[in-house]
Amino acid sequence: MISVQGLYKTFGDLEVLKGIDLQIDKGKVVVIIGPSGSGKTTLLRCLNVLETPTKGIISLGDKKLDFSKKITKQEISEFRRLTGMVFQNYNLFPHMTALENVMEGPVTVKGEAKEKARKKAEELLAKVGLADKINLYPFQLSGGQQQRVGIARALAMEPEIMLFDEPTSALDPELVGEVLKVMKDLANEGMTMVVVTHEMRFAREVADEVIFMDHGVIIERGMPEQIFTIPKHERTKQFLQLIQ
Amino acid sequence: MVKMYLNNVFTDPERLERLINIAQSSLLPLVKGALFYTIPLTLITFSIGLVLAILTALARLSNMNLLQIIARVYVSAIRGTPLLVQLFIIFYGLPTVGITIDPFPAAVIGFSLNVGAYASEIIRAAILSIPKGQWEAAYSLGMSYAQALKRIILPQASRVSVPPLSNTFISLVKDTSLASLILVSEMFRKAQEIAATNYEFLLLYTEAALIYWIICFLLSIVQAGIEHRLNRYIVR
Repeated sequence: MISVQGLYKTFGDLEVLKGIDLQIDKGKVVVIIGPSGSGKTTLLRCLNVLETPTKGIISLGDKKLDFSKKITKQEISEFRRLTGMVFQNYNLFPHMTALENVMEGPVTVKGEAKEKARKKAEELLAKVGLADKINLYPFQLSGGQQQRVGIARALAMEPEIMLFDEPTSALDPELVGEVLKVMKDLANEGMTMVVVTHEMRFAREVADEVIFMDHGVIIERGMPEQIFTIPKHERTKQFLQLIQ
Repeated sequence: MVKMYLNNVFTDPERLERLINIAQSSLLPLVKGALFYTIPLTLITFSIGLVLAILTALARLSNMNLLQIIARVYVSAIRGTPLLVQLFIIFYGLPTVGITIDPFPAAVIGFSLNVGAYASEIIRAAILSIPKGQWEAAYSLGMSYAQALKRIILPQASRVSVPPLSNTFISLVKDTSLASLILVSEMFRKAQEIAATNYEFLLLYTEAALIYWIICFLLSIVQAGIEHRLNRYIVR
């Protein structure tokens, strides 16, 4: 459903992604792991075109972006609407309540009627367990609650695929569970997800596939059981030893 | 000198009465000058200036070289020359090349250009102070640059820029007194005109000063109200 072909990304002289090929089927949950600086976050951000790849092709549904050609802003906006992004630092809009945060995309970008958007936002916030917090501002919410609003905000755009960039890394340990639970529920509903995370238990329990990246390339990919118990590559072994 | 003036006032009942009479009779013209000229001039130029400032700030932040250069030259020229000189160029200078502008519009042009240049730096800094993640969150929802700016960035930047913009606004109220020199009959010019007839300069200029002070005091109350409102989403 989403496919990446020959994706390269350089920052100045630094080559961060060196030819990534990737195919993710509808309804699959893919977890990307790897040491810091491996390019995993950059890859995820390329999938949402928050970083513009230097070259390569990304296609999602019938939308296709070929980065060796000129791409219009319009094309990028349309592509982004198909993807939902959840950030490490939540990036909620601080001047809006939880409800307004979730309504913002549908109302401003899709031009939905406020009443309709409000109803959907209320449902989504109830779904992530925040029915009683809809009128609070981000600063009145805990980190875990903010991140759940972040997930609801992304879902409000009815994306084809959800991208998670280390969604629990900024959270206090006791708040990680509530966010992972929401993500698990989403996965069980059949949402296509790409998750960059250090939560290996989540990867084991939820992922259909685990990808190990290092130095801008995909070193190894496979079922979670295989990657975690019998990794093929030396570098994967070393990394897993370090974090476990 | 001061002692003499005060002695005069307190020992000579006739002099005191004369001063009270002048103060009373001049109050209405001064307040009219403020209501019909000083305050409208301030409000109009601040509004136009603010629009100019936002456009200039965006030009400075854009990645188009030409826009950046135009904005830089504009800000540099306005900040690098005295306001009074700018007003004189517009009102007394331009007629030489056939462009004649009435006093009030000339003042509007001069002050707007001034506010635009100074406030653009405030707005540029305020926009830059908003974390990059806010742009990214807006873009990730599929927003365009204009939508992100209008819905996400400027509302937050406005909170940051209220205190420094209030400074600009209050300076502007007082700077409008310079318009007296290009024949706008604002409050200070009224004071000059009345003083010219009765020679009570100290009285009239003090009276004008007090009215400026009252206007600025009221403005600082408005500022506190706006800040309070915009701070509602911030941890206190």
